[in-house]
Amino acid sequence: MDRFIFLTFDGLSRGAVYAAFALSLVLIWRAARIVNFAQGAMAVATAYAGYSVATATGSYWLGFAVALVGGLLLGAGVERVVMRFVDHSSPLNGVVVALGLVLVIQAVLGMIYGNEFRPAGAPFSRDAFVVGGVALLSRFDLWVFAAVIAVVALLVLLFTRTAVGLRMRAAAFAPDVSRLLGVNVGGMLTLGWALAAAVGSLAGMLVIPTELGLHPNAMDIVFVSAFTAAVVGGLDSAIGAVVGGVIVGLLLSYVSGYLGATVAPIAVLVLLLVVLLGRPGGLFGSVKARAA
Amino acid sequence: MTDLRERAPAKVPTEKGKNALSLYRHLALMLLGAVVILALSYALPPFRNYQLATVGAYLCVTAGLTVLTGLNGQLSLGHGALMAVGAYTLAMTQNKLAGQGQWTLLVAVLAAIVVTTAVGAVVGLAAARLRGPYLAGLTLAVAVVVPAIASTFDTTFNSDQGLSVSVDPPPLALGYDFPYERWQAWLAWAGALVTLLFLANLVRSRFGRNLTAVRDDEAAARLAGINVARTQVMAFVVSAACAGLGGALIAVLSQSVSPGAFPLTLSLFLLMAIVIGGLGSLAGALWGAVLLVVLPATTHSLTDSFDVSAAVAQRLEGNLPLAIFGVVLIVVMLAFPGGIASLKKFLPNAKKLLPKRKA
Repeated sequence: MDRFIFLTFDGLSRGAVYAAFALSLVLIWRAARIVNFAQGAMAVATAYAGYSVATATGSYWLGFAVALVGGLLLGAGVERVVMRFVDHSSPLNGVVVALGLVLVIQAVLGMIYGNEFRPAGAPFSRDAFVVGGVALLSRFDLWVFAAVIAVVALLVLLFTRTAVGLRMRAAAFAPDVSRLLGVNVGGMLTLGWALAAAVGSLAGMLVIPTELGLHPNAMDIVFVSAFTAAVVGGLDSAIGAVVGGVIVGLLLSYVSGYLGATVAPIAVLVLLLVVLLGRPGGLFGSVKARAA
Repeated sequence: MTDLRERAPAKVPTEKGKNALSLYRHLALMLLGAVVILALSYALPPFRNYQLATVGAYLCVTAGLTVLTGLNGQLSLGHGALMAVGAYTLAMTQNKLAGQGQWTLLVAVLAAIVVTTAVGAVVGLAAARLRGPYLAGLTLAVAVVVPAIASTFDTTFNSDQGLSVSVDPPPLALGYDFPYERWQAWLAWAGALVTLLFLANLVRSRFGRNLTAVRDDEAAARLAGINVARTQVMAFVVSAACAGLGGALIAVLSQSVSPGAFPLTLSLFLLMAIVIGGLGSLAGALWGAVLLVVLPATTHSLTDSFDVSAAVAQRLEGNLPLAIFGVVLIVVMLAFPGGIASLKKFLPNAKKLLPKRKA
């Protein structure tokens, strides 16, 4: 029972990270109808930048800020320089271009930093508090929860309470009408990519200090988990992404706790298969979107 | 109506005649290819022969993948994993039968194809219900899961170390000093040429036309009486069989299999190879396979010529091909979404434009 409780809290903490990463995928999907397969590589790139700054200045939080700002810039840059020019006649094209980006980003990181694992420090202790003999949560887990909840709250506020958020939703929902009404549709698209990439960078900064470590390919498996989370929730739904993230986090935690860490990726694949075949719309999405 | 029915039988022989003609043409091309490879294998030094063999092994996979992605519109990022299935099956079968003669290799290769086909059928059944990014995501998950499976069932697959493959030396009938690399090139290209012949005939058959019909418009294909789901699953199965053969050949060439030989980047490389060659073109698959071998080798010798420290050279060597592949992938996709094959279409158009302007 103690173990179960520990694994549940661990799963919630992992789930929060997957939720944030899935959210970044959903943001881009809603804005541009593209699943950004380069999101993982982009997050790793900003994490490298962040940790370089942190090591150079000695301040983790400066590095953290650099990673988030780097995410904003990288997201905007990718949209302006590459994604804007993708021919959307086939949904394959966007995916292939994103995969090209993955290769380029990982290669550049490998050239600059080398392909070996680098240790990545956490800003808070990862030792769990023990309550009544049961190990529950670490300070780092609390930080993860706080960060993810803050981001979700900010996004909700942005999209529901501000004029910019309304314009972004309008630009995604009906680009032509929005343009006629004076919305800068292209600018909103860039902003969407920038925001999504920044959220992805945050998820990267939260997940890399755990078991992953810094490596050009570190986020491959995280991407797959987060993609699964987004699909579980239905790619269109932000709430779905959060719920899906928690489900995937719990599943991964239980599976690696009871069956061994190596089984975890297989469990993700099975979950993805089951959801795609059994409930093609995800928990919160519409089935129609799946055929698009 | 009766008029049409009377006419129909008359049309069938010509269609058959056409098919027979293209079969002869493909056979002739295959023979020509065999002669070229034979000549090359005698002309090239051992290491080049090994590279030639690697091209042959990759060609099996890229040819199968280009049929799936180019002609049927299904994007698979899992073909590296399917290669791993073929490679591991070959390793296990071959090690069990080792030392009983050359025939064991044929049995092991066939076993690899059968097992990979079965795995491909399972993935294909799921894939047929998915489109675009969903299919890409699922196959990506398949590719990422390979090392996990190798470590989870480590008594069978020996986790990260992988298995070694005992391959018999070339038959004695070829002579005592017959170079091993030449034998490898023969083996790999035998597989590649058979694959090409099979696929070339397949894409010109009714099945091949069904593939493109399903890709271009599913509703129209269904109206024309094509079973869309079955066509998609069959496309995946055919493509998986080719990937299994390619993976088995890679295992024979390197005489070992390990998860590290089939990373996600391998699947991305394969995708790049067929995109550059022009999606759906078998000739493009050949150029792609050549590029997969030549480009890393070229960057290797290029970084050797740079005057940099060993550590920097090592980083460049491993990553420069990745960067080049990535950039090429993006540029081709943005500039020529139809691949290089679509350039042909531009040429006559340009010619048509010129006289128009004069007039």
